[in-house]
Amino acid sequence: MTAVHMTTRPPGAFALFWGRARRNKATAIGASLVLIMVASAILAPWIAPYDPLEQDIIARLEPPSETYWLGTDPYGRDILSRILWGGQVSLFVSTSAVLMAMLVGSTIGIVSGYVGGRFDRVVMAGMDVLLSFPSLIMGLLVVAMLGPSVINLILAIGLTAIAPFARIARAPTLVIKEREFVEAGRAMGFSHGRIMGVHILPNVASEVMVMGSLWLATAIRTEASLSFIGLGVRPPTPTWGSMIREGFENILDAPWLSVFPSIAILVVMLGLNLLGDGLRDATDPRLRHE
Amino acid sequence: MIGFILKRLLVALPTLLAVLTIVFLFVRVAPGDPALVILGDSATQEALEALREQLGLNKPLLAQYLDFMGMVLSGHLGISMLSGRPILDEVWEVLPYTVELTVASLTIGVVVGVPLGIVSARRRNGWADYVARVISLVGLSFPAFVSAVLLLLVFAIQLRWFPVISSASLEDPAERLRSLALPAFNLGLIMLAYITRVTRSSMLGVLSEDYIRTARAKGVPGRMVVWRHALRNALIPVVTVVGLYLGVLIGNSVLTEIVFNRPGLGKLIVGALNQRDYTMLQGLMVIYAFIIVLCNLLTDMTYGLIDPRVKRQ
Repeated sequence: MTAVHMTTRPPGAFALFWGRARRNKATAIGASLVLIMVASAILAPWIAPYDPLEQDIIARLEPPSETYWLGTDPYGRDILSRILWGGQVSLFVSTSAVLMAMLVGSTIGIVSGYVGGRFDRVVMAGMDVLLSFPSLIMGLLVVAMLGPSVINLILAIGLTAIAPFARIARAPTLVIKEREFVEAGRAMGFSHGRIMGVHILPNVASEVMVMGSLWLATAIRTEASLSFIGLGVRPPTPTWGSMIREGFENILDAPWLSVFPSIAILVVMLGLNLLGDGLRDATDPRLRHE
Repeated sequence: MIGFILKRLLVALPTLLAVLTIVFLFVRVAPGDPALVILGDSATQEALEALREQLGLNKPLLAQYLDFMGMVLSGHLGISMLSGRPILDEVWEVLPYTVELTVASLTIGVVVGVPLGIVSARRRNGWADYVARVISLVGLSFPAFVSAVLLLLVFAIQLRWFPVISSASLEDPAERLRSLALPAFNLGLIMLAYITRVTRSSMLGVLSEDYIRTARAKGVPGRMVVWRHALRNALIPVVTVVGLYLGVLIGNSVLTEIVFNRPGLGKLIVGALNQRDYTMLQGLMVIYAFIIVLCNLLTDMTYGLIDPRVKRQ
């Protein structure tokens, strides 16, 4: 009986969503690129041919060869291994920052939209002020004030993304809190916390997630930019941004130093942008009937 | 129109006040004693006290806040701890370079991006659309410093079309333009990507409206429909995006200035960061706040120009 019921159930929101996302070839390419880069970063300890910190004075600034596929840097460290390990740092920092922003931002957005009134206006005005600062400038200042460590980088990059998440979570909350099921919940005496967490949050989650995938690209860009300026994770830990900076200092003698980490960043960004666009199209109600 | 501008100015004031307050608190609550950072661990207690006195750090927070606000309102930003020169003087010296770069790249973005977006929307799913989408995807994917490094590598180092280092004070306009070209193209590519994308999607929306069909039905030529009837309505989201991404542009100008070694606000801020020049940092944040509020104001005024309904509200 239950089995029959299950098979005749109309496809759920997720199945519909996934179906639409999968049909799009660009989304699939984007997803594969992201997957490859994430996997190679996670697997860095096993697949990297050399220790990313091991210096070899004899093999300084070697061009790409059979022993060093992507060449070596001024300290004789293997570029390929450093790109693989650097991916870990970049992806960890940016993913944590986006998760933090998602959590804090959507909480602010839901509470602000749910409470409404003057409280809502004040909170959103504050978010607008936060939003008016260019994310790189703000990240720059936060890291400069707090000092460059992994935690501070996550805080700085996360802080720049809170306001957009608050906005995107607030808009649907305003609509949903007027719906009958929320009213029913209130009539049954549910606490405000329960209504926000159990009844409103699931309806906001999909938009917040899509936004998250788009912001991940921005977070990676900000992290790399801060590293490039010299405010990233401290050397000798490799990050893509700091590798490009080192390469930039040797750009006349060894252009490959900056070109290869650049390609790594580009592949991830391209993948995330393609994936994010596909996810957005798949969740956009206006495109639902196409 | 003047009433509209005044009203907008009135709305912008609280924002500016809030941003200034944040800037003030930000510099104060940061861990670490600025005096200690400036003088180093080996400084004597007396020297630290003297510097705190000089910087006004030993006053109550409220007094410091009033001092700061008074200073900003009277048009001073204090004195650089490093060079000992007024901060405003240093800013005025380099500001034209940053403005020149931003305006040039914005122009590239609008002049190329809007037509590209329109063509893309009209030939939806055709090859022109495909090319435009790839261009905007690439533009969105490049972090500004990555594209800057690659452009420098190809066009300045390999092909030698442009100077590697944009010199500081160029009197010769042609030479100045030549050193502006690559940085402006670099920033322009990002702006172009955003603008093409928004123009396309906004144009697609407008072209399916009833009044466009009406215009077509009454025999208005296709070109006229697009440029006269549709574009004006499609431009509003474009202006929003340009306004919003001016912030991105300012952020990216920092990176571009570093890579191309151009004088500008970006080089000033990074220098101040590296040297721990707190007064300069605070001053630059105030400048950025002013620039951003000004940009928002300009965006609002452009709405008024494009859409007469906005003015009447």
